[in-house]
Amino acid sequence: MGKTIAEKILSKHSNNDAHAGDLVVADLDFVMGQDGTSPLAIRAFEEMGATEVFNKEKVVMVIDHSAPSPLEGVSALHHLMREFAKDKGIKLYDIGCGVCHQLVPEQGHVAPGNLVVGADSHTCSYGAINVFSTGAGSTDIAAAMASGKLWFKVPETIKYILNNKLAKGVYSKDLILYLIGKITADGATYKAVEFTGETIGNLSIDARFTISNMAIEMGAKAGLMEADDKTIEWVKKRNKTAFEPVSPDSDANYLEVIECDCSKIEPQIAKPHTVDNVSPISELEGTPIHQAFIGTCTNGRLEDFKIASQILAGKKINSDVRFIIAPASKDILLEATNMGYMQKLIEAGAALVTAGCGPCVGTHNGVPSDGENVISTANRNFKGRMGNSNASIYLGSPATVAASALTGKITDPRNYL
Amino acid sequence: MIFKGKVHKYGDNINTDEIIPARYLNTIDAAELASHCMEDVDADFVKKVSKDDVMVAGENFGCGSSREHAPVCIKAAGVSCVIASTFARIFYRNAINIGLPLLESREAAQNISDGDEVEVDLAKGVIKNLTTGTEYQSTPFSSFVEQIISAGGLMNYVKQRLEARG
Repeated sequence: MGKTIAEKILSKHSNNDAHAGDLVVADLDFVMGQDGTSPLAIRAFEEMGATEVFNKEKVVMVIDHSAPSPLEGVSALHHLMREFAKDKGIKLYDIGCGVCHQLVPEQGHVAPGNLVVGADSHTCSYGAINVFSTGAGSTDIAAAMASGKLWFKVPETIKYILNNKLAKGVYSKDLILYLIGKITADGATYKAVEFTGETIGNLSIDARFTISNMAIEMGAKAGLMEADDKTIEWVKKRNKTAFEPVSPDSDANYLEVIECDCSKIEPQIAKPHTVDNVSPISELEGTPIHQAFIGTCTNGRLEDFKIASQILAGKKINSDVRFIIAPASKDILLEATNMGYMQKLIEAGAALVTAGCGPCVGTHNGVPSDGENVISTANRNFKGRMGNSNASIYLGSPATVAASALTGKITDPRNYL
Repeated sequence: MIFKGKVHKYGDNINTDEIIPARYLNTIDAAELASHCMEDVDADFVKKVSKDDVMVAGENFGCGSSREHAPVCIKAAGVSCVIASTFARIFYRNAINIGLPLLESREAAQNISDGDEVEVDLAKGVIKNLTTGTEYQSTPFSSFVEQIISAGGLMNYVKQRLEARG
């Protein structure tokens, strides 16, 4: 019987003929931790009696969630991470480097066919470049750092065949929100998802990351894409090691195959307080907003700032809106500056914060007030997510957020393109 | 292991941001984390909860972030076990690793009410609602997982095994 991408990658890394449902112990290519979760992992690592990481080149830590530190307690945790990284001889990306899920692929740490775990649920992002990557808790990450291995239950796979091009003004964010709205927040729990078809082929790698990043919002363990010429070119620029992309067999066994004509999708919004609470933008136009945010591991990439700057060039945002932008990495910040995107956005009224997670997770950089509405390019709109449980968060594409910042209410970006 | 306690009931899709908001991840002290447990869903939870109480919830409990602080703070708040219709994947794994027992039973999750007194036999997967007299059967943990839970989590389990090997 043929195999899915997940079955193939987990078979290869466990020297097994593994199929969905099997339990395997697999060798990891890379392990990542961020500042929200690494401190617990470090404590577990030490409690385990481990002294060295399994491979200094294959473990990194990133300070991105609360960077720079807004609080004494966080400073102590950052200190713990820096000391651990120094002591173990591993790379630590400190404040201002960017969000872990941008840095791991951008800095060439992973390549197609790899098996990766990270102490962050959005680790599934690297599926966009054909990496089986998944989020894990601190105890699992501690075991992974110490041994280079972890046990996995081989997941069943749901396959999406995404047909036709997205319409003008409709982006990969709209597509993934649409799919999550249909399958719901736990529709793919314990499953892997494969995204294939012409729609994916037409997207840039930046745009593909947005889709795989949000696979966890349907409960999925991994959100996988095949490596095409665009993928290979993107990875080879950043990673000099040899790699073997993995494609599914034509007779692979899927739990479900879902086809979608993506040309019909309009801009989408996830309403408070769950990501699967999705509506077409036409149903929400005019909802007042008080804060707009472009950034995060979902939509803080170069293409996102390009789109936003095109909408806002030469204009001023609404005077009742605070507009925060956070590039997903230092490299993106520099490139977006060189390209003139940052100038346009800042002149329009954007407040630029440190490359990193920005206000996404409510630790700093723009906590909304009671009763306020935020429109954000992030991946989660949970109650309290941005630090105030009395605020409401709407999720949309960078174009939608830029257009909404301009008018002060939820606005269809197609009117501004 | 048998637990007896009062039920604190919640709805579907209770996420890890609700269980422990990221703004409180400025410590790894379990007791301090527990002082903010469920704060954004139920501000009084910490005041109401007593040792061995049971949390009951609907679908997809623990969805969202991978933060292990979520099961850690529930356990440190005194909760003996969580019963839900379904659990999110990363939370499920994290809870076992830190020794917080979970029981999956849609029937129990739907029919048990807030404030009911329940008794849970973990080895058998039996949930008894002492208030109504109804009994529910969930699939018990495998003996391997039960040993991890009994040891208080994966770390203690591994330590005990290593010590036994001497």
